[in-house]
Amino acid sequence: MYMASDHRGDRALAKRVLLIEDEPNIIEALSFILSRAGYTVHTHEDGTTAMDKIRNQRPDMILLDVMLPGRSGFDILRDLRADPSTSDLPVMMLTARGQAKDRALAEALGADQFMTKPFANDEVCAQVRAMIGA
Amino acid sequence: MDRTGDRIRARRMDAGVAQRDLAAAVDISASYLNLIEHGKRPVGGQLLRRIAATLGIDLALLERPADPSLIDRLLAASARLPQVPTEVAQVEDLAARFPGWTGLITAQAQEIMSLDDRLQMLNDRLTYDPDLAKALHGVITAVTAIQSTATILTGDGPVDADWQARFHANIRDDAGKLAATSRALVAYLDAPDDLERTRLSPLEARDAILNASGYHRPHLEDPAQLEPEPPARQGVADLLARYDEVYAADVAALPIASFVTAARALDCDPVGLAARLGQPLDRVMRRLASLPAKAGLPDHGLMQVTASGAVLLLKQAAGFDMTRGSDCALWPVYTALGQAGRCVTARVAVHGQNDRHLQCHAVAVAAPNPLGPHAPPVMTSTMLVRSLPEPPDPLSLPVGLACRMCPRDDCAARREPAVPATQL
Repeated sequence: MYMASDHRGDRALAKRVLLIEDEPNIIEALSFILSRAGYTVHTHEDGTTAMDKIRNQRPDMILLDVMLPGRSGFDILRDLRADPSTSDLPVMMLTARGQAKDRALAEALGADQFMTKPFANDEVCAQVRAMIGA
Repeated sequence: MDRTGDRIRARRMDAGVAQRDLAAAVDISASYLNLIEHGKRPVGGQLLRRIAATLGIDLALLERPADPSLIDRLLAASARLPQVPTEVAQVEDLAARFPGWTGLITAQAQEIMSLDDRLQMLNDRLTYDPDLAKALHGVITAVTAIQSTATILTGDGPVDADWQARFHANIRDDAGKLAATSRALVAYLDAPDDLERTRLSPLEARDAILNASGYHRPHLEDPAQLEPEPPARQGVADLLARYDEVYAADVAALPIASFVTAARALDCDPVGLAARLGQPLDRVMRRLASLPAKAGLPDHGLMQVTASGAVLLLKQAAGFDMTRGSDCALWPVYTALGQAGRCVTARVAVHGQNDRHLQCHAVAVAAPNPLGPHAPPVMTSTMLVRSLPEPPDPLSLPVGLACRMCPRDDCAARREPAVPATQL
């Protein structure tokens, strides 16, 4: 779990974001800015075991990269939407491939948001806030 | 249609001779010459010779129709740029009178087509090349990390000393990755001599090699013949080796001398030959299409496609100008896929090709799938094509090369409109 610094008095109430991404420096940067914005951030790097992690963590939302080792973010999203216990979980897809067909696929599979790399930190925070509140 | 009259008229007008003057010079009435020029009276023999002499031109220029394949190439060149109106009715005249210019037009059209193909191939490579995709992904990933980290460091929010040190190290790390990926990317894009990337596809390259010998492989027919050097590109060499493997088996089953004798006796009828020689029809077709010119038998085209229509082999022949981009589903090579093992025989009329008339035999053969009988067999359809001397008749099956180039409006197989509405 990442904590940039303790800005919030009551961390138990902090919303939990699960970041599924395999690039360590992007993990650090995103974790830092979301923690600083008051979220509790958990991370996971492997596509194959991502579903187990999601079921165990029960996050409030997921930031999901498309290109992951083992299994693609699209496959994970498909599983998420097929499982009644996770079908309503808010998901923001994060990908380096900003092509229209990827966005269309993400939307068709039920992604709530789609963020193309390189992204602006403020924009990520604003979208997360819009999806699950502060 | 005999266009001799058109040619006389064009030459006369070139020479600035009035109809009545030419008629007088060759001892016919002006109205009779008018009928000749409009194709309503035949002309030949002495009269044509006198007309040529009067106009001061070679008789052959009036007599001989231009090479039909040249006309087709000119019409195709015109059809590719429909926004430029051309005098289509005078195409034969153009070909006869300006062989140099028509050569230039057709060579340029060919060049444009090959550049288009090259462009498409490069475009595909940029889109699908896994190396390039990986490199670009690496660049975007590094840039994303650097941008996000730099924004944190330069922003208003608090960042303690430990995190600052960590982020500085991350930026250095990502900058290093970015530099390495950029160098690799530049090296990739700056490699004009990398022939693997820009040449013909392996199948096209193999067909180009085979085309030079009419798909005949002398060293497999006669052990005394020298085996040619294999091509340098591994993919092409592998495809050629596979062709040779099938070829050698065909030779073993149908040795050339007896096969040529039988083919001559049966006028190259593949169905009759398969029955008489007790061999599979597709083998007989391959054999007929790869005989050397010295055998003195008619030239045959050959096409092999997969069940998805992908072209495995394409040997063009007189009147059979099919290309890999052709997409008319009416050709027997495709219809044969619907009834594997049965020969589909048809006389086809290729519209827009000076109404060429071709005899086609096609058969689809299902090879067992190595995974087992539960898996779909691998289908290959083979078509043998031979030019017929007589013009198409109402029973000939109309086919085209590609919808975009085909003027037939009443075609049930039409997928998309023709590009040019050229009035022939």
